[in-house]
Amino acid sequence: MGAREIALTPGIGTLSTMTLRLHDLAVTTDHKKLGLMYVGAGLVFFIVAGLLAAVMRLQLAAPDNGVVSPHVFNRLFTMHGTSMVFLVGMPIIAGMMNYLVPLMVGARDMAFPRLNAFGFWMFLFGGLLLYFSYLAAPGITGAGSAPDVGWFAYSPLTARAFSRGHSTDYWILSLLLSGVGSIVSAINVIATAVSLRCKGMTMMRLPLFVWLSIVTSFMILLALAPLSAAQIMLLLDRFLDARFFDTQAGGSALLWQHFFWIFGHPEVYILIIPAFACLSEIIPVFSRKPIFGYPIMVAATTMIAFISLGVWAHHMFTVGMISLGNIFFATSTFMVAVPTGIKIFNWLATMYGGNLRFEPPMLFCVGFLFQFLIAGLTGVMLGVAPFDWQLHDSYFVVAHFHYTLVGAFLFGIFAGIYYWYPKAVGRMLDRRLGFWHFWLLAVGFHMTFDPQHFLGFLGMPRRIYTYDAGRGWEVYNLISSVGVALQAAGIMCFVVNLVRSYLKGEPAGEDPWDAWTLEWATTSPPPEYNFETLPVVRSSRPLWDLKHPEDPDWRYE
Amino acid sequence: MTKADVLNPPVEPAEWSPPSRGVVAVICLIVTETALFMIFIVAYLFYIGKSLSGPYPSEVLTTPVIATICLLSSSLTIVLAERAFERANAGGFRLWWTGTIFLGAVFLALTAVEWWELIAGPRLTINSNLFGTTFYSLVGLHASHVIVGLTLLTLALILFLRGHVRAEHAERIKLISWYWHFVDVAWVAVFTVVYVIGR
Amino acid sequence: MSRHLLSCRKRAPGPALLAVMAYAGAPDQVTNIFNPLSTPAESVHRIALLTLAICAVIFVIVAGLLIYAIVRFRRRPGDDASEPPQIYGSNQIELAWTVLPILIVVVLILVTARTIADVENHPQPPDALKVTVVGRQWWWEIHYPDLGIVTANELHVPVSEAGRRQPTFLTLESADVAHSFWVPQLAGKTDLIPNRVNRMWIEPKQAGTYLGNCAEYCGTQHAKMRIRVIAHPPEEFDRWAASQRRPAAEDQMAAAGRDRFFSISCVNCHTIQGTSAKGTFGPDLTHLMSRETLGSGASPNTPEKLRAWVRDPQAIKEGCLMPDMQLSDKELDQIVAYLLTLK
Repeated sequence: MGAREIALTPGIGTLSTMTLRLHDLAVTTDHKKLGLMYVGAGLVFFIVAGLLAAVMRLQLAAPDNGVVSPHVFNRLFTMHGTSMVFLVGMPIIAGMMNYLVPLMVGARDMAFPRLNAFGFWMFLFGGLLLYFSYLAAPGITGAGSAPDVGWFAYSPLTARAFSRGHSTDYWILSLLLSGVGSIVSAINVIATAVSLRCKGMTMMRLPLFVWLSIVTSFMILLALAPLSAAQIMLLLDRFLDARFFDTQAGGSALLWQHFFWIFGHPEVYILIIPAFACLSEIIPVFSRKPIFGYPIMVAATTMIAFISLGVWAHHMFTVGMISLGNIFFATSTFMVAVPTGIKIFNWLATMYGGNLRFEPPMLFCVGFLFQFLIAGLTGVMLGVAPFDWQLHDSYFVVAHFHYTLVGAFLFGIFAGIYYWYPKAVGRMLDRRLGFWHFWLLAVGFHMTFDPQHFLGFLGMPRRIYTYDAGRGWEVYNLISSVGVALQAAGIMCFVVNLVRSYLKGEPAGEDPWDAWTLEWATTSPPPEYNFETLPVVRSSRPLWDLKHPEDPDWRYE
Repeated sequence: MTKADVLNPPVEPAEWSPPSRGVVAVICLIVTETALFMIFIVAYLFYIGKSLSGPYPSEVLTTPVIATICLLSSSLTIVLAERAFERANAGGFRLWWTGTIFLGAVFLALTAVEWWELIAGPRLTINSNLFGTTFYSLVGLHASHVIVGLTLLTLALILFLRGHVRAEHAERIKLISWYWHFVDVAWVAVFTVVYVIGR
Repeated sequence: MSRHLLSCRKRAPGPALLAVMAYAGAPDQVTNIFNPLSTPAESVHRIALLTLAICAVIFVIVAGLLIYAIVRFRRRPGDDASEPPQIYGSNQIELAWTVLPILIVVVLILVTARTIADVENHPQPPDALKVTVVGRQWWWEIHYPDLGIVTANELHVPVSEAGRRQPTFLTLESADVAHSFWVPQLAGKTDLIPNRVNRMWIEPKQAGTYLGNCAEYCGTQHAKMRIRVIAHPPEEFDRWAASQRRPAAEDQMAAAGRDRFFSISCVNCHTIQGTSAKGTFGPDLTHLMSRETLGSGASPNTPEKLRAWVRDPQAIKEGCLMPDMQLSDKELDQIVAYLLTLK
């Protein structure tokens, strides 16, 4: 027997089952395993970054509080923001796209399985490098710890003169690494969706999840590069004394802002469009109707992607741009709201006249709709440049982006996890725990973030480690902090649910939700080769056609 | 709408040939690299005329005519190499492919000489002023892509000489040449911005 | 100097008051953007209300439809297992709900452009007060170039009256990193960016103290880079300006402290007009005791707090750039006695 054969027999030979499993994950190129690893790592970082936020809210619960020093607080909000965007949001969407796209197009794996693995490990090392800064950034001089320059790291605060030690360098390097992972993932998703579709699956028969994954990936290609470019420039400034953002040498601090937001604004759409994608799959199934206006949904998302490349300076209304600049970006910001609104209307129209089942995936979708509506409207308020001159850099903005990232993005992701967990694991998530998770999170979310809108109205700026009593901010901050406890309880229900259901959840079968896309046409979990025989399709809902031969979709499409 | 429809739906499309994954991937790669170059180009353009002190471009830059001719001709030689490959002309492929590598290497060498002279002479470095910063970073970004391209070309040549590259790999040869053409087009942009507009 | 602030400090506004967003009608510790007391803030206020109204209507309609759909179309126990009618879309409906939002967008664009023009392109009257504010980590350096005054952290301006308008036009610069000048009741915020000159204007209509904060994260003590704008009736402002122009008071009682101050490194960072102290790294101290707070709002300016500050600034504003001078108690007493004479 060769050495390999010995190792494969558990118990005999020197390797345990756990070691074998870990080794398998370390070398796998299977899109399903990698997808789950992406999501799993993202959820671990989510817990860590959530704890960072909990400490911040503890500090801000009362005026002149002494829970943490300003140095620690400034690191907390920097690490919280950076982690949530790059180490939670990006990997979770990458994981979901990597897991689902091949299954939904009827392929056996991604177009480039080894590239997929490479992307995952780049992301993971990048993430670990960021947290390694707590230990290593002090370096020889003892100055510096984790980055404390804010997640968007404005110049010249990030110059060597103002940011001593290596904390900012860790910020740059870790994001450059994980950025490579994102770009590589995007290339893979597009190649898979375009080139590996099963027979009969024309582009207009793609599940909306796949279409939206293509749009997201295309945006990643266009938006991540500017971030990498700006970060390389900053690295050159810090290490080689380049002058990109050196105001003493005539450099422009604003240039960083432009480059960052040219990345930063599309980035938030990169995050939210996969959540849109989850909704576009889940709402139809739980309304028992096809998505209303499939071609319009594709067109609207594509429009959002294009327009969002031209709104970036709405993050810069207060920097003193010429009036024409402010007017232009306010206009483009309003314009992007139109296709976004159209999507909300289409989801509503899908539900209208349907037969709604409020299982956990659908509950989270409803939460998304309600909260994304509010988030979109506060976004319009921020787009009115003069209004933004008051609201910018205040807690109103904090409330707005947490509404989009937690109230919408996170809820959409949870909807997706409750929906596809049975497929990935073969067992259903517990329904009751799901309801507890949803309600605790929803109530806690509103407790924390609704008052923050008012804090913005009352003049509280963001990124402050403490505030004076007497400004009228105390009550709102206290309520906001208390909400964290409820959110944490909700997340705990979720974690318990994940683990418990994995061990003894109800077996799911192939198609527990009576759904219509190809991933439900194979076992749960799917075998490594995904499908016994590659399917041939005739409409965008192949399983509907199979289940309803008397009234197939291909008659109407 | 007839019974025949339901019982015997014509499902299998007569022809099913989606684009190749390699083609799609390289197009995506070129898109993202273009975005990367655009930002450095925008920075260059933005900082034209803004250096607070010298050396200034008009004083120290000399147009790299020979280097440009070499690099642009290498796009021609690589096309000839591709054609030879398609016609299974091993000798022709070897000649033109090696020629491409040679021309690319000459370009790099001439760039290195240019940099040497700028640093040794007028002392233009990445930290002298805004011009130095943007010049070395933009031209350097391009040069790094030339290095990657030369690496790919050399690897392909070695594999070819060892007999591992066969007719069915024609698409891969084509994709390498697409990357090389991108590097050339990028040079046209960099050249225009640095030696024409920026001077 | 307005005593208004002190009486306000005692009564912390209750949640109900805040919840209703009551208009206090006077500058308050509660800096509500819906209580504007200056012309540019009023322009912003008008468009803010319009935008809120539009968004509120949209919210009520769409959320209403959502709730209706949830209630009306939910699966009930008696439902059979048949699928509802499979509707794929409707081009007319799509058109309708595209056109209506576009119309709303057009309205918003027009109103926005108008307000931007009103605020940003407001002409500067010849007798406007001109002030240059330089943002520094973590305090505000304030110059009145026409009046020959340099001060710190408190911006004194004249009130603008109906018959005699006198707005204040600010030139905003930064000596280090990006900051932002935000006094909610007076105007929207504008950033202070190094190597860039920005401009804004305020026009307080009522006397009193207006609170604000730096609104662009600028490092360790961003939180305590607070602003006070004190608006005076015109005559009172002239008196203040005159007193600020005078060089530092000479008080024989504090001679020992004065000598001590000048013998150690205080003078490397601080300026005292009319003396040899010409440091520019820290705030001008010529009329230190005329200010309400120390450390740009980090603590009130009382003798005890002043002593605590000079003893160890890091204890009050950790991370600020003034070091602990390691003074003995006696040195501390002397120097504080001297500083207390700088009225």
